[in-house]
Amino acid sequence: MDKTVNQKAWFLVLPVFLVVAFSAIIPLMTVVNYSMQDTFGNNQFFWNGVGWFKELLDPSTDLGERFFASLWRNLIFSAIILAIEIPLGIVVALSMPREGWTVAVCLVILALPLLIPFNVVGTIWQIFGRPDIGLLGYTLNSLGINYNYVSNEFDAWATVIVMDVWHWTSLVALLCYAGLKSIPDAYYQAAQIDGASRWAVFRAIQLPKMNRVLLIAVLLRFMDSFMIYTEPFVVTGGGPGNSTTFISIELVKIALGQFDLGKAAALSLVYNLIILIVCWVFYTVMTNAGAERPQKEGAV
Amino acid sequence: MARIDLVDLAHSYSGNDAPPESFALKPVTMTWRQGGAYALLGPSGCGKTTLLNLISGIVTPSRGQILFDGKDITPLSTQKRNIAQVFQFPVIYDTMTVGENLAFPLKNRGVPKAEISARVKRIAELLDLAPYLNRKATRLTADAKQKISLGRGLVRSDVAAILFDEPLTVIDPELKWQLRSKLKALHRELDLTMIYVTHDQTEALTFADTVVVMHDGRVVQSGSPAELFDKPAHTFVGYFIGSPGMNIVPAHVDGREARIDGHTIGLHRNYGVLPADAKIEIGVRPEFVDIAPPASGLLAATIERIDDLGRIRFARVRVGDSKFAARVPPGFSVPDNMAGLVFDPAHVHVYADSLLVEGVA
Repeated sequence: MDKTVNQKAWFLVLPVFLVVAFSAIIPLMTVVNYSMQDTFGNNQFFWNGVGWFKELLDPSTDLGERFFASLWRNLIFSAIILAIEIPLGIVVALSMPREGWTVAVCLVILALPLLIPFNVVGTIWQIFGRPDIGLLGYTLNSLGINYNYVSNEFDAWATVIVMDVWHWTSLVALLCYAGLKSIPDAYYQAAQIDGASRWAVFRAIQLPKMNRVLLIAVLLRFMDSFMIYTEPFVVTGGGPGNSTTFISIELVKIALGQFDLGKAAALSLVYNLIILIVCWVFYTVMTNAGAERPQKEGAV
Repeated sequence: MARIDLVDLAHSYSGNDAPPESFALKPVTMTWRQGGAYALLGPSGCGKTTLLNLISGIVTPSRGQILFDGKDITPLSTQKRNIAQVFQFPVIYDTMTVGENLAFPLKNRGVPKAEISARVKRIAELLDLAPYLNRKATRLTADAKQKISLGRGLVRSDVAAILFDEPLTVIDPELKWQLRSKLKALHRELDLTMIYVTHDQTEALTFADTVVVMHDGRVVQSGSPAELFDKPAHTFVGYFIGSPGMNIVPAHVDGREARIDGHTIGLHRNYGVLPADAKIEIGVRPEFVDIAPPASGLLAATIERIDDLGRIRFARVRVGDSKFAARVPPGFSVPDNMAGLVFDPAHVHVYADSLLVEGVA
């Protein structure tokens, strides 16, 4: 059969092409362009090849040292919040009611933290934790616990982590709840007949059925926490010292604080690549671990 | 293994105080023999799944008792009832292999390892699952998954009865036959009480020794397939079982005669005088009404269409206001749309307010 040839159809793709070009391709290429050059202002650029990348990946230079330190901090941060938020989210989802008016109440309460703008979350916790006027900070200190997120590294980390858990555990819980809701009653009834304990029901039914949503939850939480900027910036400003300076905060310091466009561009590209690679690894590992999913029904 | 007695058992999802008419299961008292193969047959929403869930303990009855071998087990939880149930959609544990699935109920009950593997092996052989024991259960087809669900019931040596809740819904028609004969074979071999819920009359009639027909939360008849066919106790049974269903038409019955549309048909039994305020109908299966050329002694009918079922043809006819299905004798060709109906008096039944009236021979 002959295909109709109509080159005008290309024009229909044009709007999408324009949007993508202006929103993704052009900015990205600009960054690539910057990462290969150096500038001293006045819109004068000098070719630098892969110089910035070499410097970035060499821990003995100032840039490299700052990059690896913040990358390390960021990985630890993401690992901690994943280790807290995923199990906690599952527990919250499991303890939520399955039907009745309380479901709506729980869902609204869970959704609340997600609806608050990031810098408002930061501000809330910044004030909440202040030892002089903050409810949390004042209470802790009057209980004899010396807590000050401005001067103590551990306290700063604890505050940022608790804040993230407060802000985002709901997301994991909601996703898990959706996964749990999709399990037909027959599974629970069958498990009851099979004499399964609460733990066995969780291991044999609930966890495997939540597999998919957990994958999404882990990916989302990893990406978000790896790119975290606003909340720690508002609360600790990256301090004390550099103790809570995550990659994005470092990036902003280099790009806007020092106006080192080349270094910042190189850092952004590597940053981007790391996120892509880690997500890809997560995805591959988790889809394979959830294993022999019903990709296709095998014949018997 | 057990005999199951239901004593005045009833259930309403809105509690015991709900009006009796709204009960999902109206009070029923009956006995299920040890080793019997029963089918619970009825349309959707007739209460058959409710009855099944009451027996398995998933639902606690609003009223009445359930006895296993004379012992009241109504307050016991599902785990303690020794019941196995196979659901409409196959329930398997995704992360486990076929063998682990089968072992699951035994493991939960703390049965020793050696005994578990022996039981699993035996049941897998019984169900032809032995070659797949080490395969992931998710990879199997729907019928194999249903066999696994059944197997999880069978591995327990203490199981009193196996309940099936429309287990063949998701199975391909061709495999349905295989699986059903497998069930029959298992039933013979294991001497288990089996209760099979379905809305498919073929499934019910081929599987069960005793078919329990339910309608609107009530058990309307319980009997062998032949009884249900020959002598429906309720017009619903007549119309629900058989394809096409029984013809049920309002009639005036007096002694040994029934009058329909001004025409008189002879009856096999004497019905005397029936209560005047009851709705009197006669019921006759299409298999026992023949189409004949119009004649003065026959009930006149207009043929609307003829359904050819292959081995048998049924004519859809109209008599006055009522519709009828009747057999078209082999080799009979319909000259025009007019025909007469020949009744077999032995198979004409009389119903008062939908219930069968026993005549005197």
